[in-house]
Amino acid sequence: MKPLEDDVLDGNAIGGKLIELFGIEMTTAVGTCGVCGNAGQVAEMAVYLMQMGTVVRCRVCDNVLMVFVEVRGVTCVDLQGLASLS
Amino acid sequence: MAGTAVRGRLTWQTATVDSVIDETPTVRTLVLGVPDWGGHQAGQHLDIRLTGDDGYQAERSYSIAAAPGEPVAITVERLDDGEVSPYLTEDVQAGDELEVRGPIGGYFVWDPARPDGDVPLLLLAGGSGVVPLRSILRHRSQVGSSVPTRLLYSARNWDEVIYRSEFASPAPGVEVIYTLTRQQPAGWTGYARRVDQAMITEVAWPVAQIPMAQIPMAQMPVAYVCGPTNFVEAVAADLVALGYPPQRVKTERFGATGTP
Repeated sequence: MKPLEDDVLDGNAIGGKLIELFGIEMTTAVGTCGVCGNAGQVAEMAVYLMQMGTVVRCRVCDNVLMVFVEVRGVTCVDLQGLASLS
Repeated sequence: MAGTAVRGRLTWQTATVDSVIDETPTVRTLVLGVPDWGGHQAGQHLDIRLTGDDGYQAERSYSIAAAPGEPVAITVERLDDGEVSPYLTEDVQAGDELEVRGPIGGYFVWDPARPDGDVPLLLLAGGSGVVPLRSILRHRSQVGSSVPTRLLYSARNWDEVIYRSEFASPAPGVEVIYTLTRQQPAGWTGYARRVDQAMITEVAWPVAQIPMAQIPMAQMPVAYVCGPTNFVEAVAADLVALGYPPQRVKTERFGATGTP
């Protein structure tokens, strides 16, 4: 079993997962970084798909904005890096 | 997980491969029959899920190559170290079934009904990044749009250019400009290098001489950049350096694969 590639993608790559989690299209939602204040659309955030889960980072300061980890069939969502998401 | 809020039609469903088209030696288009497909917009993608005999599942996203209303089709590039693409480009035949979910994406979409669908259009493709841009071009033709449009398509060589015959006869108002970065056919007079600032300056709809104060944002050209991450990052930076507002540069990164 190959590990998931960890190339840097963007929020487009997790569009389906976000609809699954939030129930609505999220790539145009605007997230504000809790560390540097940069506001940007989810589609433009830096996305790292890794075997343990998905990490979404701020393009400006690299702060972790969102983490999605699947544990026994349940997706755990950590949005603490975001000041807001609308 | 299965019980979380999934609304509307974004659930996994079984699609049947209606036909396959070999676009290049390593690229294949799969035309899909998707029973509960609710339509899509130009630029969107769908997810594919494959389940192995041992229950192992792999999911991948593929841009939709078809325009809205056309039969759903995806164009897949075979990656040497890919888990999924060798299967889709070599093994899958008409009649086979695939699980699909879509359409997905509201950001990388070209919609002629919106204000930003009525301005000069700049499409920049790195390798298989041309797929969603082809959907946009087909949709532009469908609706009879006359917005000035340029596609700058970067590929390694002529054999790897996807949709060659279609691009040989572009619609009125559309220009297709190639750059072949590794090998060029005899007599080639076009670009023969990776996209750089000089090339962008020559190809992009100009914004620098438009005083920002006079032209509303809503009338400025819009650019769609799609392909490997390195390509997208470099091209987007070049456009911004040329004067494109970041809000007018839409990006979709495919990862480090298939770098032109």
